Amino acid sequence: MTRRVYMDHSAGMPVDPRVLEAMMPYFNQKFGNPSSLHSWGNEARKAMEDARAKIVALVGAKKSEEMFFTSGGTESNNLAIKGVAYRHKDRGNHIVTTVIEHMSVMNPCKALLKEGFDVTYVPVDKYGVVDLPSLEKALTDKTILVSVMYANGEIGTIQQIREIGNLVHHRGALLHVDAVAAAGQVPINVEDENIDLMSISSNDMYGPRGVGALYVKTGTRIQPIIQGGGQERGLRSGTENIPAVVGIGKAAELTKAEMKTEGERLSRLRNKLIKGVLESIPSSFLNGHPTQRLPNNANVRFSYIEGESLILSLDMLGVACSSGSACTSKTLEPSHVLLAIGLKHEEAHGSLLFTLGRQNTEEDVDYVVKALPDIVKRLRAISPLTPKELLS
Amino acid sequence: MYTEKVMEHFRNPRNMGDIPNADGVGTVGNPVCGDLMTIYIKVNDNRIEDIKFKTFGCGAAIATSSMITELARGKTLEEALKISRGDVADSLGGLPPIKMHCSNLAADGLHAAIQDYLKKKEAKK
Repeated sequence: MTRRVYMDHSAGMPVDPRVLEAMMPYFNQKFGNPSSLHSWGNEARKAMEDARAKIVALVGAKKSEEMFFTSGGTESNNLAIKGVAYRHKDRGNHIVTTVIEHMSVMNPCKALLKEGFDVTYVPVDKYGVVDLPSLEKALTDKTILVSVMYANGEIGTIQQIREIGNLVHHRGALLHVDAVAAAGQVPINVEDENIDLMSISSNDMYGPRGVGALYVKTGTRIQPIIQGGGQERGLRSGTENIPAVVGIGKAAELTKAEMKTEGERLSRLRNKLIKGVLESIPSSFLNGHPTQRLPNNANVRFSYIEGESLILSLDMLGVACSSGSACTSKTLEPSHVLLAIGLKHEEAHGSLLFTLGRQNTEEDVDYVVKALPDIVKRLRAISPLTPKELLS
Repeated sequence: MYTEKVMEHFRNPRNMGDIPNADGVGTVGNPVCGDLMTIYIKVNDNRIEDIKFKTFGCGAAIATSSMITELARGKTLEEALKISRGDVADSLGGLPPIKMHCSNLAADGLHAAIQDYLKKKEAKK
């Protein structure tokens, strides 16, 4: 039996057993609807508000009323962007975002562009750090919203959110932060960091899929996208998914309690992985920022070979990871993030993304560092692009 | 995602390498798109006597390159020119729809190598 090493946590995380345990009673024992007035309803409502308080605590929000449950990161991003755009369109029609955002920010912005909004995409440097002077220059009197991710899930780079918030507020606009990749991994404080709206996903912190949250600072007005029975104080209708809500609450509680020790452990493993790979494989490079990066993110690229064949080769040895190669995407385009940091198409194709998690050990890292050089060597031997001196 | 046959060819590609004094060389694809392959042929008495490949690309690109060398070896040039993209995919038990266009370049590579050979032969006359 080969070893099985899962290093694709940005694609999907296992639900923590403690989270699963907390959720279980809410499927068939405490199954009430929180809108009901009887004891079943009260039980569900209490569970929901407990969960809300835990997410509020995770991100340093002031009040429970500032946190809204959604179906996940994608919905939170859609709600924040469209909700602000529609609500504030009489004040202005300009949205500012960056070239490295997730598709669930990119595509709502694209849709708004078609509806008559203007969108400016701020560039990043070679490490994926948003260029603050460009961002400042992009802001106009018409700017109503700026949407910047807290950290990039692909290259791991963490942004200077507090500074961005200062610039944005100086011009009277709102700051939305997509914290799907960052929440639970690094400490975030919405108050200190000038954040008006923030998207959070459950599965990215070992909670169940299909649930997320949107932080909306008190006083920030936003229009609902999904209308119905008026749940979540009218911002997000639909009967609440209590087991999932309990799950994200428990996940937030655990991740807050363990963030420091787990973050340090993962950073150590990540550094060992990056160092091991770069030292043992010629013409290999790190993508993203060398230090300002998520503790679990190692994105490396290898010249002259392509990522999908790397993934297949690693999979044969029981290792799971992702790539920014076009060959692994649904659109056959290489990752827009890797292109935005200035990589050529062929460089982006040769990128591998390892995202570590709670179950990964030092032995897992050793296993990958040992396996990868032979895989790269074999694929380089097959590739017509490999220079002769690398083949010996 | 891939058939066992594709994976088998990806794991153990046949006829990988180059032919230093090839009679015909065909290169198709583009590293920008993520797939680039070179097919080398040695022709004797109008037959493909030897064939090798080098490929930069995904699993499908490597497997189709390997498969084309098996399909074309020993064939006359006329027979080899008739090998289509569809034949290569069929011989591998099929390819995912998204890979049919971008990575299924091996037949084109073979045809390019044959055209290269015919052109060189013509030039010698």
